Amino acid sequence: MNRAKQKIAPYLLVLPGGIWLLIFFAVPMIAMLSLSLQEGDIVHGYRFTGHWQTYTEAISAYQTQIYRSLIYGAITTVVLIALAFPVAYFIAFYGGRKKGSYLFLVLLPFFVSFVLRTISWRQILTDEGPLLSPLRDAGVIGQSFHILGTPFAVIGGLVYNFLPFMVLPIYVALERIDPRVVEAARDLYANPATTFRRVIFPLALPGVFAGVLMTFVPASSDFVNSEVLGSSDTTMIGQVIQAQFLDNSDYPTASALSFVLMLVLLIGVFTYARILGTEDVMKVAAR
Amino acid sequence: MTASTLQRPQSSGTDDAAQLKPKRRITGRGMLHTYTWLIIAWLIVPIAVMIAFGFNDTPGRYNQTWDGFTFKWYGRLFEYSDLTSALVTSLVIAVVASLLSGALGTGIGYALGRYRFRGSGSLNLIMFATISSPELIMGASLLSLFVSAGAGLGPVTITIAHVMFSISFVAVVVRARVMTLDRSIEEAAADLGANGWTTFWKVTFPIILPAIFSGVLLAFALSIDDFIVTAFTAGTTKTFPLWIWGATRVGIPPQVNVMGTLIFAIGVLGAVIANIRSSRQGKRD
Repeated sequence: MNRAKQKIAPYLLVLPGGIWLLIFFAVPMIAMLSLSLQEGDIVHGYRFTGHWQTYTEAISAYQTQIYRSLIYGAITTVVLIALAFPVAYFIAFYGGRKKGSYLFLVLLPFFVSFVLRTISWRQILTDEGPLLSPLRDAGVIGQSFHILGTPFAVIGGLVYNFLPFMVLPIYVALERIDPRVVEAARDLYANPATTFRRVIFPLALPGVFAGVLMTFVPASSDFVNSEVLGSSDTTMIGQVIQAQFLDNSDYPTASALSFVLMLVLLIGVFTYARILGTEDVMKVAAR
Repeated sequence: MTASTLQRPQSSGTDDAAQLKPKRRITGRGMLHTYTWLIIAWLIVPIAVMIAFGFNDTPGRYNQTWDGFTFKWYGRLFEYSDLTSALVTSLVIAVVASLLSGALGTGIGYALGRYRFRGSGSLNLIMFATISSPELIMGASLLSLFVSAGAGLGPVTITIAHVMFSISFVAVVVRARVMTLDRSIEEAAADLGANGWTTFWKVTFPIILPAIFSGVLLAFALSIDDFIVTAFTAGTTKTFPLWIWGATRVGIPPQVNVMGTLIFAIGVLGAVIANIRSSRQGKRD
């Protein structure tokens, strides 16, 4: 009897949450796929017609925004690796007893709402704001110099908002490096640069990959930063999807675009997962 | 973080290198130190601006330029009744969503950490998918589901969505604790005559409770801050982030800054207290 109980127990434990995930995560994907193949409008309702042309139409209408999002996402990710690696390295190797405090400081922005943080940046970067107006008065920048509305502002906002997601996984990977391995490299006459390149960096790679996963996907599908800090020249695909869904109620186009975006990102994620093995990515991502 | 990192012996190789090239090592480390603090400063700048503008003596609703210091917005915190009710909505949803996802996620996390069973692989995969999926896609697909099902959007659909994306985070936290749990303690309880039920509630549950608690806190933080998924599942309901979003065009009153400051202060305080408590616990172990 006890054995039978042991067999059923995990299923009973998993069932409620599993069903929730199934109904509200997996099923909606199917609902969205179905919606993308329907025709009609919000007033008269939608009918399933298997209208694949929505996809080609949506892609050709918004390919600029799709490319732009991927490029912004990629630039954000590269900048993040460059910015976050030294921070993670310092905390992991020199943080000492203050490691926890440093990590806490890096996570501090999470205690403020994402929207509020981004709006705060707009307040700082605006033409009359505390950064640009003194510079303009001092003649350092010209009258027509702006930051808001430029790709620089949007990417800057993305980098700001996702930095902790890059620092943490790299830190976890570095933290797990056995100091004896680093010592061994030095004993074998590797100079610091070689030790870093041949020993530390390769061991940190799973962390970098997890960081890429945790930043590239949300950054390229973000619509808050480009809406708050950008202009019509920086429109990202997330804004298009959001507007089509919530303002225009053009559900088929919006669903089709969502699917295209998801497919593109999935291909990227699976390529990473294949290179590393899913286990490693999951392990690092889970910490 | 863990005991092993604290007890890790000082690497003698670093010391040797430091003796050989003292200058270079010190400057390298010093530069990294300065750099890290610069990044931290950059991370704090918009938070500081948000807090500062909660004290801005601005005449109207446009809170853009500095007009002197005042405490008055703290006294007139609830002046905008729709802002207040948005905050209340956010809090209620966060409480309900974090408790629900805490219960559901604990079940999954415990099962994954303790048992080997068929379907655990696909469960891991779907959890991984919910954690790594773009919020935009999750929000859009949920909206598709609710539209197709003809369900009205509101606090209930927001809560459903928040529970959905929080379950996996709770499960991951709880699973990690259950996996590192020392089984011999449970065996000792059994040896002393406790049955499975008693062992669970008197021994296992208290040990994993801190993990459940941090999972619930994480879910609460995810819920109260969430904007993207909420924007898709809210309909006309306004949560705190949605209200701010809607107000960007007409001007964000200083009360928003004050509320943001208070949420920030409570969150930081809670985290610090939790951290002190857990480090005391760690010393006792």
